[in-house]
Amino acid sequence: MAENADTATLEGTPVEGVRRRDFINIAAVSAAGVGGLAVVYPLISQMSASADVLAQSSTEVDISAIAPGQAIKAVFRKQPVFIRNLTPAEIEEANKVDVGSLRDPQTLAERTKEGHENWLITMGVCTHLGCVPQGAAEGEVKGEYGGYFCPCHGSHYDTAARIRKGPAPTNLVVPDYAFTSDTVVKIG
Amino acid sequence: MSYPWANEYKPSHPAMVWLDERLPLPRLIYGAVGGGYEVPRNLNYFWNFGFLAGLCLMIQIVTGVVLAMHYAPNTLVAFDSTEHIMRDVNWGWLMRYAHANGASAFFVVVYIHIFRGFYFGSYKAPREMIWLLGVVIFLLMMATAFMGYVLPWGQMSFWGAQVITGLFGAIPLVGEPIQHWLLGGFAPDNAALNRFFSLHFLLPFVILGVVILHIWALHIPGSSNPTGVEVKSESDTVPFHPYYTAKDGWTVGLFMVIYSTVVFFAPNMLGHPDNYIPANPMSTPALIVPEWYFWPFYAILRAFTFDFFFIPAKLMGVLAMFAAILIWFLLPWLDRSPVRSANYRPLYRKFFYALVVAMVVLFWCGGAHAEEPYIMLSQLATLYYFAHFLIIVPIVSSIERPDPLPYSITESVLGPPTALESAAKA
Repeated sequence: MAENADTATLEGTPVEGVRRRDFINIAAVSAAGVGGLAVVYPLISQMSASADVLAQSSTEVDISAIAPGQAIKAVFRKQPVFIRNLTPAEIEEANKVDVGSLRDPQTLAERTKEGHENWLITMGVCTHLGCVPQGAAEGEVKGEYGGYFCPCHGSHYDTAARIRKGPAPTNLVVPDYAFTSDTVVKIG
Repeated sequence: MSYPWANEYKPSHPAMVWLDERLPLPRLIYGAVGGGYEVPRNLNYFWNFGFLAGLCLMIQIVTGVVLAMHYAPNTLVAFDSTEHIMRDVNWGWLMRYAHANGASAFFVVVYIHIFRGFYFGSYKAPREMIWLLGVVIFLLMMATAFMGYVLPWGQMSFWGAQVITGLFGAIPLVGEPIQHWLLGGFAPDNAALNRFFSLHFLLPFVILGVVILHIWALHIPGSSNPTGVEVKSESDTVPFHPYYTAKDGWTVGLFMVIYSTVVFFAPNMLGHPDNYIPANPMSTPALIVPEWYFWPFYAILRAFTFDFFFIPAKLMGVLAMFAAILIWFLLPWLDRSPVRSANYRPLYRKFFYALVVAMVVLFWCGGAHAEEPYIMLSQLATLYYFAHFLIIVPIVSSIERPDPLPYSITESVLGPPTALESAAKA
C-alpha cells in the first residue's frame, strides 16, 4: 500500500501527464460555464425592445392639410417628428447660408427629398440632451434663425433645422422616410 | 459549527488580506459553504436537496424580477400583459415557463427535503430551530406561490383567489370582515390583484432572509447525517468544499436536465388550460383545483364533509388544513425517541412509509373531483395523517426498541475497528 502511494495517486493513473480526474474537472466546469452564458443571454436580451414595440417603428402621415409656413408634430417611435412645409422665403434663407461656416455642414437639398424641397422632415428631438424644441406649433418661439428653438439649454436651429447657436452638436436628425404619394409620407 | 479541526480562512493575496481585516465577508462564505465548513462524510443524496432548494429560490427570484419588468398588475391589462410576455417580449416565454415550472420544481425539492427530515429525524435536538425555520419557509412558500398564481388573472387565478380567501370567511364572527379586508372588496378585483403582486414580489426576499437564518441555525450544531450519530472526530468529516460542492454540482446538473426538459418540452404539463381564459367573475370552471403542490392540504380541507360536534364542516376543514402544517412545529417535542435516524428505528420506519402512502393518497385525492371514492379515501388518509403525528409518533418513540447504533460515522462507513486494525496491519 505504502509503495503504491508513491507511484500513483489513483488506481491506474500515473502521476505525470493528464489525469482522468483533471479531464472530468475541466470538462464539467467548462460545460457549466457555457451553460451559464447560455442562461445570461436571454436574461439580458429580454430587456431589449419587444416585438410589439418594434412593430411601431414606422408611421404614415397625411400631409395634405399642412399649408406653407405651417408645421405639425407627428409621432414616430414614441418620439415627435416635425413635418414643416417651408415657404419660398424660408427656403431662400436656408440656401443663402455659407455651408462651410456651419457647425454641422449640410445644404437644405441634402436634408430634403428631390421634388419635395419644401418638405422639411426632422426628428423633434434636440441633439443636445433630447428635449423637444419649440417652433413647430402655432405661436411658439422659433429662435434667432427662424427655425426651432430648444428651451432647455438654448439651442437655435435655422429654417433647415441646422444647429446655428447653442450647445447642440449636430443638426436635427432627418429620419428615414419616403413619399408614398404626393400627400402621404411614410416615416421609418 | 466550527469543529476544532476545521480549516481556517487564510487569505494569501494582499487585497484579500486587506478586505478580511475590514469586512470579513469571504471569511464568512468560506466558513459557511467553503473549505471551512466540516460536514459528515457519510451524507447520502437526500442531503443534496437543501442546496437544490436554494438554487430554486435563486431561479425564482431572477426570473420573477424579469417578469415584473414586463407585467402590469391591473385587472384591465394583467392577462394581456402576461400574453405580451409570452408573445412579444424577447425570451419572455422562457422566463414565464421557467418561473411557473420553477415553482413546481421548488416544491418537489422542498417536499423531498421535508420528508428527508421526517425519516432521518433532522428536527430533533439540537436542531429544532432549523426545523422550525424550515416550516416557516414552507408556509411563506405556499403564500407566495398562491399569490403568484393569481397574477396572470386567468380563470384559475380568479377562482383560486376567491376560494382561498374564502377559507378565512369560515372563521366565526370575524371571518367575513377578514375576507373582505384581505381582498380589499367583496370579491377578487383590482385591489386584491395589486396587493398580491406587491406581496408576491416581497415574500421571496423574506424567504431568502429566513433561509439565511435556517443555514445559520444549521451551522451551530453542524449538519446531521444518515446514521444520526453526532460527529466525534476529524475522520468523521470532510470539508464542504470541494467534497460537497462537487457532489451538489453533480445533482444541480441532474436537476437542470429534468427541469429544462419540462420547461422546454412540457411547460404546461403542470398547469391548467382554464388559466388561459381571462378571469370571468360570472362563471366558475367545472373543476376548480389548486396547483398540484397544494393538493394534499386541499384534500384535507375537503375531507371534512360533516359537522364535527358543534364545529361546522366548513370551519373544521379550514382548521384541519392549517393544522396539518402547523402540527410540524410540534414535531420535535412529539417525537421523544433519542435515536434520530429511521435506519435504526424499525417500528417508526414502518409508520414513516405509511405516512408517505397517506401523503400520496392525499395528493391523488386533492387533484380529483370532490366525489366518491376520493372523499372517503381522503378522509382515511387525513385520519392517518393526524394520528401519525399526534398518536403514533409519541407512542412509538416511547415503546420502540431501536437497533444498535454504530459507534461513530467513521465506523459506519469503514466498518468496526477490528476490521480497520487488521487492514492497518496488512
